[in-house]
Amino acid sequence: MFHLDWLNNRMLIAIIAILHVIINHGLAVGFMPFVTWLEQRGVSRSGQDQITDLEWDNMVYKIMKVAFIITTTIGAMTGVGIWFSVALVSPASIGSLIRVFYWAWFIEWLVFVTEVVLIMIYFLTWKNSNSSLKAKIRHINFGWYLSIFSWITMAIIVSILGFMMDPGNWETNKSLLNGFTNPIYLPQLLFRTPTAMLVAGIFGMLLITLFTKAGSNLRLNAVKYASKWLLLWAPISLIGAYIYYNAMPEAMTANMSTAVGTIAFSQYYDLLKYFVAGGVGFTLIVGIIGVYKTKVLKPYMVIIPVITAIAYLGFFERVREFIRKPYVIGQYMYSNLLLEDDYVVYKQDGILKHATYTSVNEVTEDNKIEAGKNVFTIACSRCHTAQGVNSILDVFDRMYGSTGKPLDVASMAAYMPNMHTARNFMPEFPGNEKEAEALATYIKYLQQTGDVLEGAQEEGISVNPNNSPSALINKSK
Amino acid sequence: MFHSLFIALQSVTPVPKDLPLPLPLPEWLLVTILVISFLVHILFVNLMVGGSLLTLWSQIKGLKNKEYDILAHEIATTITVNKSIAVVMGIAPLLSINVLYTVYFYSANALTGLMWIAVVPLVTVAFLLTYLHKYTWKLLENNKPVHISILAVAVIIFLFIPFIFLTNINLMLFPEKWALVKGFFSAMTLPNVFPRYFHFIFASLSITGLFLHWYMGRKNYPFETIFPTFTRYELKKKGYSLALVASVIQFLIGPLVLLTLPSKGLGWNLVAVIFTGAAIVLPAMWMMWKGIQGDESTIDKDFKKVLILMTITVVFMGSGRQIYRSNALEKHRELVRLKTDEFQQIKKDAIAKSKEAKAQESTANLTEAQKGENVFKQNCTACHKPDVKLVGPPVIEMTSIYKDNKSGLQSWIKKPGKKRADAPQMPGFPQLKQEELDQVSEYILTIK
Repeated sequence: MFHLDWLNNRMLIAIIAILHVIINHGLAVGFMPFVTWLEQRGVSRSGQDQITDLEWDNMVYKIMKVAFIITTTIGAMTGVGIWFSVALVSPASIGSLIRVFYWAWFIEWLVFVTEVVLIMIYFLTWKNSNSSLKAKIRHINFGWYLSIFSWITMAIIVSILGFMMDPGNWETNKSLLNGFTNPIYLPQLLFRTPTAMLVAGIFGMLLITLFTKAGSNLRLNAVKYASKWLLLWAPISLIGAYIYYNAMPEAMTANMSTAVGTIAFSQYYDLLKYFVAGGVGFTLIVGIIGVYKTKVLKPYMVIIPVITAIAYLGFFERVREFIRKPYVIGQYMYSNLLLEDDYVVYKQDGILKHATYTSVNEVTEDNKIEAGKNVFTIACSRCHTAQGVNSILDVFDRMYGSTGKPLDVASMAAYMPNMHTARNFMPEFPGNEKEAEALATYIKYLQQTGDVLEGAQEEGISVNPNNSPSALINKSK
Repeated sequence: MFHSLFIALQSVTPVPKDLPLPLPLPEWLLVTILVISFLVHILFVNLMVGGSLLTLWSQIKGLKNKEYDILAHEIATTITVNKSIAVVMGIAPLLSINVLYTVYFYSANALTGLMWIAVVPLVTVAFLLTYLHKYTWKLLENNKPVHISILAVAVIIFLFIPFIFLTNINLMLFPEKWALVKGFFSAMTLPNVFPRYFHFIFASLSITGLFLHWYMGRKNYPFETIFPTFTRYELKKKGYSLALVASVIQFLIGPLVLLTLPSKGLGWNLVAVIFTGAAIVLPAMWMMWKGIQGDESTIDKDFKKVLILMTITVVFMGSGRQIYRSNALEKHRELVRLKTDEFQQIKKDAIAKSKEAKAQESTANLTEAQKGENVFKQNCTACHKPDVKLVGPPVIEMTSIYKDNKSGLQSWIKKPGKKRADAPQMPGFPQLKQEELDQVSEYILTIK
């Protein structure tokens, strides 16, 4: 299995995905209507004898250029990167999801292709369209089409995401419609739409202040427009956040019988309020300054709300991911990529016996550390590292009171089989008692030696003899 | 002796189990989508890679002859468009191969993990560089070495990325090598990666040559206002020449690709398809040759025919690629199916067994305290043991504290506080029903 011991596997996905979400919301979904709106302002600002206010149009073109370059490079590649990283870290889950959602993603892809074609037409024909009023108006219409398609792309993907939050339905009703009707879908869309507008507005404000001269008329006017945009969307985003915020525990309760009471979730949940306040609050302040004290606004002042807006969006994603635990696919597959249904086999025979890639397939007195290492790779390494982020050592040490004392094998081994009842965001331990003990021995070994765990991309793999062709053929005879 | 045994053990072919989910579509349809969408994707990748190579060459020539600098600029503007299409078109084949060859593709990905994920930042950087190059043409007019270097770095990245893809796509075909591979570079040296790489590069040049021919000849392209001395004819001829020379070279590399393929996937079906594809391109090459030899009036004559023939060849070659893949993996997929079924059977038996065991358990008459023991096992044993401290205090301590205070114990369980410095705070259990609380507290207080 692929494993990054320092960075943590999940963190790899998280970095790529959050970057993608920020670019997608801030520079595509919200930004396209923002830019098109500004372009339209340019036409209505111009005199009778002009097609558009050229100075204004040029500024709008420049901020669009930034969005175009970033979305078609970092934006597009982080989108592909989500596929790549998830396939590396969580192959079984993404593989299952694609098998069920192939059509949904196919449609999503078609919409996305349209979006890319439109963004190229929109940006690359900008200068040519300034030749006649008719061409300019057609160009602006393309901007609106692009805005609509960007939004549809998001609306579909939210449905696909939403589906995974919907417990139980995986088994009974594997259709995309389910994603649209799930209880968290509309609140999520209600939150994401205005928030995308808001983040786009603040990005736009930053670009405007960078591309215009301080004190110029152009800056004054542009900042005023952007401020109005912010003032319009900030309260709507706040309402969306409120609705989404209230819808979350419901999704949570449905997913995990006991979740709302857990300390870990309530901590996140409480923190969320501050992120909402920070994200919306700072943009509101900038909006108000922009309207009433337009001259005061400088690029560096916009930086703070840009950062808080990014944090605002990013934190919502973090909490959304948390709701999913201990499953990666509700009631079907745990975050360790093992199927809930298969647990009965693992508890009966042990997990090592049925693992394809393991260097030992049974725990003996002599191979405890090696066996424990394999168990760790299979059962824990999707979320925990040996020595890096969310290290298994830190987690145990924190549980035993952050003393830094040597860990006790017996009590860790006794804890593991029941861990999921106390930490209900954790999947159940998928193995027998001997394997729990081997795992505990390995964890203690990690603590004493400072050893790290290398993934398959460095160490290669060992094949379980049970999974060799000859073993299979002999058995089926 | 021990070492050789180790090697023998290591080189076992793994037979993993597949996901127990059906394919979303009939296999033939998925294969068709895979082959066609891949060809569209690779066409634009070819144009992107070939275009950037051509731009680099042309811009270097442009140092002496300004006309070539203009040509470089014109080709450069197409790279950034082609690259965007290449990326979006890549999603469909990526999804399709994920669905069709799940275990194979993911195993190869994991084994070359770091390099595989490096595709994302590398391509991003290369894309940003192509934009930087395109938009600094005027700015760096008097600093050509810097300007050309920007493109050169992008080209180096573009030339390296195919290695990563080919290594993966090659490795997935050979499960028998998986246990031997240690990281990307060892997978890259498997036979066939390099020949396929050069096959790809020359395909890029050939297709870019045809693209140049078409692009320069477009009716609404204001050629004469852009180029002071070049004529359309000259550039079309250059395009044709590039396409023809690259195609001839393909006839040398192609057999090499075929010869270095491990024999397990070879079959007459493959040979027939490949040879037919190669035969179809021959008349196209002849027409290009005639075009180059002729004059301005005849160079466009057979262009459409050339395109059609080349397209057919490309479809044949793309199908050949898929035929090899399906030949090579046929037997192993059979094994994987067996393994998957075997596990499903084991699971069925185990579920039946555990149901039986549960049925026996539940028929027994349990006392209140025994029921409480079950509740305790489910909810408390993670942190509490009867007589020793685990995460929280031992049960005997609770018994002494709450001896005659059942409701005190219950309210603590529902909403605990923190009182011990050496233990973390206990999470609350508001989800327990009153009945369960009664049972569990009964059980706790009976422990002595």
